[in-house]
Amino acid sequence: MPSLENITDDLDVWLYQQFGATATFLIESVLIALLAIGLFSILGLVLIMMERKVSAYMQVRLGPNRVGPKGMFQTVADTLKLIVKEGMTPDGADKFLFNLAPFIVMIIAMVILAPLAFSKGFQIWDINIGVLFITAVSSVSVIGILMAGWASNNKYSLLGAMRSGAQIVSYELSAGLSVIAIVVLTGSLRISDIVASQENGWWLFKGHIPVLIAFVIFIIAITAETNRAPFDLAEAESELTAGFHTEYSGMKFALFFLAEYVNIFIVCAVGATLFLGGWMPLHFGSNTQFNHVMDYIPGIVWFMGKTFFLIFVIMWFRWTFPRLRIDQLLNLEWKYLLPISLFNLLLVTLMAIMGWHF
Amino acid sequence: MGASSLIVLMIAAVAFAGIALLISKVVLKATKNKQKGEAYECGVPTRGPSWIQFNVGYYLFALLFLIFDVELIFLYPWAVVVKGTGWIALVEAVIFLFILFMGFLYAHKKGALKWQ
Repeated sequence: MPSLENITDDLDVWLYQQFGATATFLIESVLIALLAIGLFSILGLVLIMMERKVSAYMQVRLGPNRVGPKGMFQTVADTLKLIVKEGMTPDGADKFLFNLAPFIVMIIAMVILAPLAFSKGFQIWDINIGVLFITAVSSVSVIGILMAGWASNNKYSLLGAMRSGAQIVSYELSAGLSVIAIVVLTGSLRISDIVASQENGWWLFKGHIPVLIAFVIFIIAITAETNRAPFDLAEAESELTAGFHTEYSGMKFALFFLAEYVNIFIVCAVGATLFLGGWMPLHFGSNTQFNHVMDYIPGIVWFMGKTFFLIFVIMWFRWTFPRLRIDQLLNLEWKYLLPISLFNLLLVTLMAIMGWHF
Repeated sequence: MGASSLIVLMIAAVAFAGIALLISKVVLKATKNKQKGEAYECGVPTRGPSWIQFNVGYYLFALLFLIFDVELIFLYPWAVVVKGTGWIALVEAVIFLFILFMGFLYAHKKGALKWQ
């Protein structure tokens, strides 16, 4: 069966024989860039469509259904509309920072793709500090948000950016502690090692209750980090119009919107890699027949399936929980999630030292 | 691909955003209008400057975040080796987290975690 690992390896070898080292490097760079841009565009189209359809069905309505079959091309039409809109810069704004902010947000979203393992061997850079890299780079995105909010010279933007910043930095702590819990069990920061350690069972299943707690905290934290409801008070429509991107219009707004959805995909992909086994298929103990059938499903399907399941869960949250107030939000993090995740980390360590997992 | 992939991805991101903005610049016919450049605050003209001093509460949380974020960075190398090192590493982490937690409780007692 052709796997993605064989394809990428074969391509690498073939290019090397055909064109030599320098040309191979250039061609592969262009390929990676094109694949990343393609992934961005497709994710933007699919996720926005999914968001609208999921919202619609949760509220017992149809959602977009006019453009294309079942409204599938609604996002394309929206993008076309945004292209012909003017991307204005307000007179009072800090023009340089105002126009730089969408680029920063896009660069951060794109760079985090590097260590993500989409399938066996289908990974841009298998860096040995992969998890640390993801945490480090994702925390830079808050600078883009603060930059956008401050440079707009608009009170709503500034308020939204400040709330967003406080929220993202707070919840980064408990997300980081949950990630460390998995690192303790695996003993490696490399993404491929973490996936390989889940060959005989995903951490969520073989990690007992401490990993379950870490997973729940991680899901709450990533919902807050991506500014999703119920933690969407940074862009609470009824109070702040649109939060930090109030002043952005046209394509500049589209870039922020796209980066937001790509970030949701990335955090869910990280969650799927750490807790749900990445591209590893689902195995049930010694049930060989079942395991063989599962092995035939390609790794990328498993990875995307798990990621989109988590994205669905996060979209589900939006229509289930009411929005929190800022003091409730910070209380939840600092008085509950942070102490719990610190204590939970020690429990996980105890479990790892005693070898209590299956 | 090694570390150079990061540069490739950065260039890809800049190209993606740049081309999108460029297309919209080319397609669009922008008109000049005095009201267009005003800040959007739901139609009401802006009063006073927007770049003002901000609620100190945010900075308190930022300071607390800094302490715990540094702690997180210290925990990463510890987390990699703890499984092999065993009990001694766990005890050290407990002492480290205990000292930190005392500071956290002190901040809590002083009311740093209360939103004003």
